[in-house]
Amino acid sequence: MNSSSGKGSMSTASSSAAWKAGDAVPEQFPAGLRVLVVDDDQTCLMILEKMLRTCLYEVTKCNRAEIALSMLRENKNGFDIVISDVHMPDMDGFKLLEHIGLEMDLPVIMMSADDGKHVVMKGVTHGACDYLIKPVRMEALKNIWQHVVRKWKDEWKDFEQSGSVEEGDRQQKQSEDADYSSSANEGNWKSSKKRKDDEDEAEERDDTSTLKKPRVVWSVELHQQFVAAVNQLGIDKAVPKKILELMNVPGLTRENVASHLQKYRLYLKRLSGVSQHQSNPNNSFISPEEAAFGPLSSLNGLDLQTLAATGQLPAQSLATLQAAGLGRSTAKSSIPMPLVDQRNIFSFENPKLRFGEGQQQHMNNNKQINLFHGIPTTMEPKQLASLHHTAQSIGNINMQVTSHGAQSFQNNSLLMPMAQPQSRGQVLNNSTVGHAPTLPSSMGQPILSNGVAVNVSPRNGIPENIRAPGYNPVSQTSSILNFPMNTASELPGNSFTLGSTPGISGLTSKGAFQEDVNSEMKGLGEFLSSYDTFNDLNQHKPQNWEIQYVGMTYDASQHSNSLQDNLDLMQSVLVQQGFSSGQVNGQNRSAAVVRKAMFSAGDSTEHVNAQNVNQHLNSLVENTIRVKSERVADASAANLFPNHFGQEDLMSALLKQEGILPAENEFDFDGYSMDDIQE
Amino acid sequence: MERNPMGRQLAIMRQSLFDQGYLDEQFIQLEELQDDANPNFVEEVVTLYYRDSARLILNIEQALERKPFDFNKLDDYMHQFKGSSSSIGAKKVKAESTLFREYCKSGNGEGCTRTFQQLKKEYATLRKKLEAYFQMARQAGPMETACRPK
Repeated sequence: MNSSSGKGSMSTASSSAAWKAGDAVPEQFPAGLRVLVVDDDQTCLMILEKMLRTCLYEVTKCNRAEIALSMLRENKNGFDIVISDVHMPDMDGFKLLEHIGLEMDLPVIMMSADDGKHVVMKGVTHGACDYLIKPVRMEALKNIWQHVVRKWKDEWKDFEQSGSVEEGDRQQKQSEDADYSSSANEGNWKSSKKRKDDEDEAEERDDTSTLKKPRVVWSVELHQQFVAAVNQLGIDKAVPKKILELMNVPGLTRENVASHLQKYRLYLKRLSGVSQHQSNPNNSFISPEEAAFGPLSSLNGLDLQTLAATGQLPAQSLATLQAAGLGRSTAKSSIPMPLVDQRNIFSFENPKLRFGEGQQQHMNNNKQINLFHGIPTTMEPKQLASLHHTAQSIGNINMQVTSHGAQSFQNNSLLMPMAQPQSRGQVLNNSTVGHAPTLPSSMGQPILSNGVAVNVSPRNGIPENIRAPGYNPVSQTSSILNFPMNTASELPGNSFTLGSTPGISGLTSKGAFQEDVNSEMKGLGEFLSSYDTFNDLNQHKPQNWEIQYVGMTYDASQHSNSLQDNLDLMQSVLVQQGFSSGQVNGQNRSAAVVRKAMFSAGDSTEHVNAQNVNQHLNSLVENTIRVKSERVADASAANLFPNHFGQEDLMSALLKQEGILPAENEFDFDGYSMDDIQE
Repeated sequence: MERNPMGRQLAIMRQSLFDQGYLDEQFIQLEELQDDANPNFVEEVVTLYYRDSARLILNIEQALERKPFDFNKLDDYMHQFKGSSSSIGAKKVKAESTLFREYCKSGNGEGCTRTFQQLKKEYATLRKKLEAYFQMARQAGPMETACRPK
């Protein structure tokens, strides 16, 4: 577990231990939460540490506020939440609270033996997300993860909302995607990402999601109200204005509803597309298994839809891809679509939260990653295995997330699934994120694998760790992802499942992966820098992936098909990357995508088969990585995934079809044509 | 545990600490944290508490020797001390701390001094009792984590 006061590292060991494949889904998510506890009282510190460890969190204790602040600054993505005492000799707890809020935007819980109303009020006004009275009981600590999730949701929402208004100049694609607000968001994300590179993350965050800015969080209840209103009006007749009136929620704006409606529509489209294969929007976890293939197809379809919806993918491409995906889905990999969807939903949230501005960047990254997945890589079987494992955890995580509705987790899961299907080898990558190098370098889209992983881990903020082959971060996340994947997906142990997990891990490791990848591609300076950014984003949360999904997952979260949604998103992202949509697809899709990717990549599609999926994924991952390295050179610094990165055939196919060329180096692959994907 | 006479004695000792108001629920929280990985967790925490709080006791003592009293500072010290004490479940000590702070807030120097004396007594008494308890626990054997009162 974390060491005491010295560092804020995330020890995977402890967290990993917490995540075991097969754990009940609901249990996984909070486990591994990285907590920084600050208190000058050694006794309290010791007790809190033990309590938090018992909650399966990763704890770093610190008895000096200044030290805590510097730890946070050094490792921006190293923690998920901070617990701080109010009375401290070297710095007032509220001051620390302010600093953290401004610089890192982490949720902060204040605690004190003082329970006077005035002090508690001070906590509220300074932005504390909770206030605990000492002596702190274990029960009070068990649920602190809710603050992390809430913040993710807020950030995601915020990001989404503000995305459209920021960096208009960067969003050239936006004009193309004018019809889809989500794409606008994506563009923003991308821009954000870019900005992130240049600016302080906090600044970006502040721009779009200042702490003080009121956020619209589409909670489950709110969404249900929304759905009720839409159903009442009739989906065809449901216009934001009327929905808003029906919902009658104070503070909700028409814009909020409009963007949410868009996502919801996409989500529904996906559902209908998927329904043929499996229709358990709600049990996505389970159904995918049965319809291993189905989910895949669905995913593809979904993703495509999503993509299309977001303007990234031309409608026709979507159809094509979908068809392709369907045709291809030979792999039974039980893509945990549902899982993915659900997870994705959260993933969205997470990435958003974490990255804030950076999310955009992540998006880009994600995209790349996704692409990565699509690219068949030559992952070694063992990588696959690792991914598998990771995927498992991720799967679990996803599951958990879903159950909790704690979204961020789910997103991760989604990522994972995605990763899996796609990257034969990639999936594994997730788990192997640590091995980033092993990830399909060719793909250069480690994202997929990473993406999966990325999302997975809210915990993943480990990007840093990713460097090490040990890929701690990934494992952390991966495990989380894996869990859901495996557990949730009763997916027939298809490689996909595994793949997903690994993929997810990979995703989570997004940061990690990237790092790893980066390390691999040392030579690719640009690439690396883009990765770093990405990693950075990841660090925050594996949710990088989430960003992609942001639009999609959100809807999905509400529905059990979140997985699918996520997958879709993933696909979208991937597609954006230039990867065949198939690649992008979330788990379910991933499988399909992977297949596609594999096909595209020239890899044997057979691999896609469940059993082989993992392996393939691995290889995919590897290829991806490789591709990446090759391409990286071409890629502009900003782009993690150079436009021409990724499977050549896929990308070009996509681009050709759509005739869309990324406006920027970043992944502005808005118009990938999916047609080519189907090989 | 009942099979073990030592165990039983330990349980009785433990129960009386609660019954007599020396310990409160928070102590049970600590006991619950004790596990195989940290088999002596409670004792460790208590030891740490006494070591750490000794510093605070000293600070307060010194502050009470300076006239006029700096009530803010005194209150501040005591606030910390109270937080620490409450975290191990030292009920009587905590009560005295609260009283002390009341006197500080109302600027009652005499009350502060008096209360502080009382607090030190309780502080010392608890220490002795817990030391005896832990010693007994060690003798009684590893299975001697007394059941907690429901």
